[in-house]
Amino acid sequence: MKHRVVITGMGIICPLGHSVDQMWQGLMTGKSGIDYNTLFDASTFPTQFDAEVRDYEISRFVKNVQPHTNGNRGSQFVVGAAAQACRQAGIDIESDQPADGIDRRRMGIYLGAGEGSVNNEAFFQSLIDSWIEEKQQPDWTLWVKSAAVKMTPTQELEQEPSMPAAHVALLTGARGISRSCLTACAASTQAVGEASMLIRHGKADVMIAGGCHSMIHPLGLTGFNRLTALSTRNDSPQTASRPFSATRDGFVLGEGAAIVILETLESANKRNAPILAEIIGFGSSSDAFRVTDMHEDARGAVQALRRALDDAGLTVNDIDYISTHGTSTSENDSIETKAIKTAFGPQAYKIPCSSPKSQFGHLIGATGCAELITCVMAIRENILPPTMNLNDPDPELDLDYVPNKPRKKTVNIAINESFGFGGQNNVIIIKRYT
Amino acid sequence: MQRRIVITGVGAVSPLGLTSDQMWQGLLEGRCGLGPIRNFDASAFDCKIAGEVSPFNIRDYVPKSHRKATKLMSRDIELAVAASQEAVKNSGLISKADEGKTPTLIPQRTAISYGAGLIACDLIEMAQSVKLCVTDGKFDIRKWGREGMQTLTPLWLLKYLPNMLPCHVAIIHDIQGPSNTITCGDASSYLAVSEAAEIIIRGDAETALAGGGETRVHPIGIVRQYLMKRANCSSNDNPAAACRPFDANAAGTIFSEAAGTLILEEMQTARNRGASMLAEIIGWGASHSHNPDYTHLEPDGKAVTYAIEAALQQAGITPDKLDLIIPCGTGIPCDDRAEAIGIQTALRASESAIPVWPTKSLLGHSGAAAGTLDLIAAALAIRDGKTGKAVNFDSPAAQCKLNLLRQPLNKPLHHVLCCGYSFGGQCSAVILKAIKD
Repeated sequence: MKHRVVITGMGIICPLGHSVDQMWQGLMTGKSGIDYNTLFDASTFPTQFDAEVRDYEISRFVKNVQPHTNGNRGSQFVVGAAAQACRQAGIDIESDQPADGIDRRRMGIYLGAGEGSVNNEAFFQSLIDSWIEEKQQPDWTLWVKSAAVKMTPTQELEQEPSMPAAHVALLTGARGISRSCLTACAASTQAVGEASMLIRHGKADVMIAGGCHSMIHPLGLTGFNRLTALSTRNDSPQTASRPFSATRDGFVLGEGAAIVILETLESANKRNAPILAEIIGFGSSSDAFRVTDMHEDARGAVQALRRALDDAGLTVNDIDYISTHGTSTSENDSIETKAIKTAFGPQAYKIPCSSPKSQFGHLIGATGCAELITCVMAIRENILPPTMNLNDPDPELDLDYVPNKPRKKTVNIAINESFGFGGQNNVIIIKRYT
Repeated sequence: MQRRIVITGVGAVSPLGLTSDQMWQGLLEGRCGLGPIRNFDASAFDCKIAGEVSPFNIRDYVPKSHRKATKLMSRDIELAVAASQEAVKNSGLISKADEGKTPTLIPQRTAISYGAGLIACDLIEMAQSVKLCVTDGKFDIRKWGREGMQTLTPLWLLKYLPNMLPCHVAIIHDIQGPSNTITCGDASSYLAVSEAAEIIIRGDAETALAGGGETRVHPIGIVRQYLMKRANCSSNDNPAAACRPFDANAAGTIFSEAAGTLILEEMQTARNRGASMLAEIIGWGASHSHNPDYTHLEPDGKAVTYAIEAALQQAGITPDKLDLIIPCGTGIPCDDRAEAIGIQTALRASESAIPVWPTKSLLGHSGAAAGTLDLIAAALAIRDGKTGKAVNFDSPAAQCKLNLLRQPLNKPLHHVLCCGYSFGGQCSAVILKAIKD
């Protein structure tokens, strides 16, 4: 038997705020979550700005903060996002013997969770302390003497990408299937998609799904800057993320966490949980092309879109809105546009598609679920979030990107697209619950 | 009728050799793959031993068209690519990698689900850039931003993203179905195999590559583990006796590097092409341990019990039907105790009857790869009706009532359970069944 999958709770910690309402208000009022880097001295890096979560206090979301205070930034954020989502869904995270009617062995976790930062002091300084010029490499005896005293067991543990889920398990009491995946920028869309499959096929009643990530640390910024994937518009951070614009020059590195509670319709009805939307389709594919580039004909992205439409039993005429991956890199935005045109044919020009990354940046592993939440809000509010900073359209990119201001439109069915470095493509389709 | 999943190919690179066959022979003979660390000078490290894979040239494992891309492979990626090459070959399928032949692997109907770890970067390469950024003996981040980082190769980051393990494999073999990277530490392999099976059952693919690859033999990796008090630092002069799962004198685990890949196929598809089927996957389950000390399992091993119970339930068998268990068995005393209690609870009255065969005393702990190595051992044990013995098990640790194999088995095996857990607490179990003609 197949179960219908509904969303009964949402939570987010992102550069536009620490709740779904704050995030949505930010999107509706043209706010930008992007500014100069305050987490470390990036003043000489090619990119000196980012999209940070600011003034975050985990104690505002959970009473017992002790198990989470050593968590990496991603773990700290995901605890806040999961707490919000659980409260909205009526999942009891306060008492030892929860009386919310959910069997904890039927409640699982699926996160697209990023790794934590290395211990920068230990990492960089130990290499300096042990460098032997004549040999042109570190001396491992000197290295270990320096590193082993600087590294701490807690910070080493918290780098593991399995750790955010461990924090969520302890917070929520979940005892069902627990998985985490890390498929670069597609991770949390893939996590929510696979979690929805677990529910549809009866492997769980409730899944806490989403993602968290922060790569705003020296090695993260270094990696993306070397790839020349980031915008370097240092004189104007707030306009740097400009998906689909002719003058786009890269994405803006963000951070955060986003969680949705997925549930069988039966379970949601039994508990009188609020039903925010229904997940009706999931499509996943691999480019199998190059580790460095997307396939030039958007082969994988098109296949993921078609698989999702097929899974949902829909045609291209049924889609009201597409939340794009829309990173503001030259390659993604043009190939994604090609993918939409190929998958939707002439109908592509009639479907509005926008990118909230223009305002909250690219949350890497967490971004897919954050954007899925914007799709749910679009359905609930019948308003499309805009693509900001789209003042000089790229003549090659001629779809309706909802430029610069939100737009009223009845949205019954929305698509969320995420594409990861290396070619993982994931697409989720959600529908107004009726 | 529900689609059924069979294993039609295996591949492994491990401390016991560069093929699954060498690993299997080593396990049967009780040969130990652990020894002094050679990858770097570990003489000043608290733990100086590990399980290393003997040197190989990755260019021998990729088609000509992918040779240039080997420059972008960290060790973890190389291991995964090598193991996957053997697995595809072993299954009798022909992929795009076999240049000049007509592929039988259908790109859009093939998925990949692979476990990967936290990949540590090449410190020698990194040090050459970092040394340019010193002011008064200290790291100077402004110099790094201005000059140091510019000396790193532009594609540096791509060597260290966990999803690059399946990405390279997917490119080499032309796999265009769903591709996922499971990052649940030491439970990754089992969870990746579980998901691949689900993908085939729900009809999104007929064939899947599933497995895991990781190296823990890296200066940071080794120090990290002994700081967390998981590595045995007291047996540096006797590697063969260092890893002692469930033994009263266990003092920690020994880390290693490996990758394993399984070819999973929908049973009818496999039959139709006349594939040789090693075993059927009939049940899998998972849960999460709750312990604020995230480095260890909860003392009563409850999540291990839950994972095994879920797998048994899906398999539709009672615990007494199991002929063999391959546990995680790391040699870390408190984790072994918790795992033993967890398994014992799940087995109920059968706890003392079912043979238990840990493999880490020979293979070491290869993190995201470990579970696949054990699944391969389980599949080959079913195929051959044989096992090795529990090496370094002299007397049981407190509270361990498991029936550890003091002598190898030599009899038909119908059902084999494999289980594992991560630090962080993901627990997982998978049950294999013999193929009946």
